[in-house]
Amino acid sequence: MDYHFHWRPVFQKLPELLQASLTTLEVAVLSMIIGIILGLLLALARMSPIKPLRWFATCWVELARNTPALFQLFFFGFGLGAFGIHFAPYFIVLFGLSFNNAGYLAENFRGGFQAVPDTQLRAARSLGMTIPQAYIRIIIPQVLRIVYHPMTNQMVWAVLMSSLGMMVGFRELSGETQFFASKTFRIFEYFAVTALIYYAIVKIILGAAKLASIRLFRY
Amino acid sequence: MSNNMSFFSGFQPHDLLFMAEAAGQTLLISVLSISTGTVFGIIFGWMLQSGNWVVRAILGTVLDVFRSVPLLIQLVLFFNFFPIMGWPLEPFAAGTFVLSLYTASLVAQVARGGIEAVGKPMRRAARSLGMSYWQDMRYVVWPIGLRAVFPAWVGVALGVMKDSALVSVLGYVELLRASQILITRTQEPFIILAVAGAFYFVLSYPLSKYSQKLEERWAS
Amino acid sequence: MIEIKGLHKYFGDLHVLKGIDLNVAKGEVLSVIGSSGSGKSTLLYCINGLEEIQKGAVIVDGVDVHAKGTDVNKLRQNLGMVFQQWNSFPHLTALENVALAPQIVKKHSKTDALEIAAKQLKHVGLGDKLNVYPNSLSGGQQQRLAIARALAMEPEYMLFDEATSALDPELVGEVLETMRMLAEEGMTMICVTHEMGFARDVSDRVAYFHQGIMEEIGPPEQIFGEAQSEHTRKFLANVR
Repeated sequence: MDYHFHWRPVFQKLPELLQASLTTLEVAVLSMIIGIILGLLLALARMSPIKPLRWFATCWVELARNTPALFQLFFFGFGLGAFGIHFAPYFIVLFGLSFNNAGYLAENFRGGFQAVPDTQLRAARSLGMTIPQAYIRIIIPQVLRIVYHPMTNQMVWAVLMSSLGMMVGFRELSGETQFFASKTFRIFEYFAVTALIYYAIVKIILGAAKLASIRLFRY
Repeated sequence: MSNNMSFFSGFQPHDLLFMAEAAGQTLLISVLSISTGTVFGIIFGWMLQSGNWVVRAILGTVLDVFRSVPLLIQLVLFFNFFPIMGWPLEPFAAGTFVLSLYTASLVAQVARGGIEAVGKPMRRAARSLGMSYWQDMRYVVWPIGLRAVFPAWVGVALGVMKDSALVSVLGYVELLRASQILITRTQEPFIILAVAGAFYFVLSYPLSKYSQKLEERWAS
Repeated sequence: MIEIKGLHKYFGDLHVLKGIDLNVAKGEVLSVIGSSGSGKSTLLYCINGLEEIQKGAVIVDGVDVHAKGTDVNKLRQNLGMVFQQWNSFPHLTALENVALAPQIVKKHSKTDALEIAAKQLKHVGLGDKLNVYPNSLSGGQQQRLAIARALAMEPEYMLFDEATSALDPELVGEVLETMRMLAEEGMTMICVTHEMGFARDVSDRVAYFHQGIMEEIGPPEQIFGEAQSEHTRKFLANVR
């Protein structure tokens, strides 16, 4: 083996890499927030009696679930360019991940809604609650508990998927790593350290989710 | 008219053929990786379930790393690691290697779940009938566990098929890379991406619907 | 007063209620008995507007429940309902279960709502379970929680839909006892029930439903002693 590992340049860039990790986290968290809101709406739309609404939601969900995430990013990246719509790399990743998250979460939410018995809605209505009140105070909190675990997984996915930013010129953790790696040709060293950082981020998210679940769900 | 004939513009019929071939490449690398990964995944899953604590701790951690690091990073890492070790690999071989490992790490979890789904009482019943360990595995655990986790396995397989798009980062011309090449030439991103999306959809959607149906039927 | 006039209810082609006429006065306790599928539970759902009706009218204190423009949410505050499946809200403590509707529907302050809730829980004998989640309560306790939850809205009427049918036999007594207590306090109640003892001892009147028709109504002594209808006599002979 003639190759000599050089780790020093990588460690010198560690502050930049950690800074980029925050960007990764930021875009992942934002895409989850947007994804949860859109996912809830899509789940409700899929259960609605209005046909075009159902159709629209079904298309979104099936496209998000049956095409690669990278394809979805490319679509927001240059597919929409055909209509003169151009996003900055940050928004390509944010929109792409949000689209994907919403599709997957919508299916989880739909399962969650089906798991809460109809009688809960009836009981809430019999107390004089309006439909929105009943959903916000009674149904959705129970759904969130049911989908908490899949939602945590989706958050991990969002972090892992955000690495695709590298492919559309966004300098989150992977993009930043590639930027430095291509300047120094220490590709292996840089990506090895980045892999460790991703592993740590994922573990931190899972740990935090576990702690939060203990506080959130006392029943 | 002449503009349409020129090499640098317009999406032409033979481009569709080019994309179909690329879709074939996607299918090829997916099938190869999924089948290799599944075989190893089942073995790993069995080891996770039946091995002693040293095996479980080491294997569990290693597989966990494969699930917790972006596939894109794994691909770049291994593609650059092989030459260091003195075995430069083609993008296709490196991609297949990484995708198989990645599949195995996911299938291991599914397989362990399948073995656990069978439950101790049933296995004890099998052994009490005089079945050997391997007979119990072959005639009780395998058929029942398979049924329990088949839909989850389809989910993993379809996920890997879609993730195979990432092998394009190594320069392997699969469906998405082919689309990029065509887009650069024709400057018609929307049509080409729509065609690529349609290919992926056709590969993924029927299987995912089928497994959903099976899941519903088996649940009731 | 609850007035039911010529009420018809269909589920698709199924004719569940076939012209019901019935008045329930303030302070009255009415028990509704009959075999399952006789439409007696549906009647309750029609009274508080949880089910649409196809013909006739339900009028509560002069307000037509099913008329366009009727504020059913306001109306339901006055019609407490207790279900067969107690339907406690699993994500809220007993206190929160009871306090929620007073707070968000009646717009009481949170402190007031909690106070009302604590009072009602004590009333049904759950004073020591305020901060417990429903999944650690027994079925009978959850059903009493459901009663407290309905009472916290200070309704003038209470509708009980087979409140004890889903309970283990040893838990039925505590719920019936709570219902009896309410009756003695002068609450207007309509109780769909299979508990013949309760119907006989607690109600002012008993109505017997048979295949969507109210076959017979009268004081308990009449229904249980000298029922006019053949169907009523047969039903009572079978449940005993």
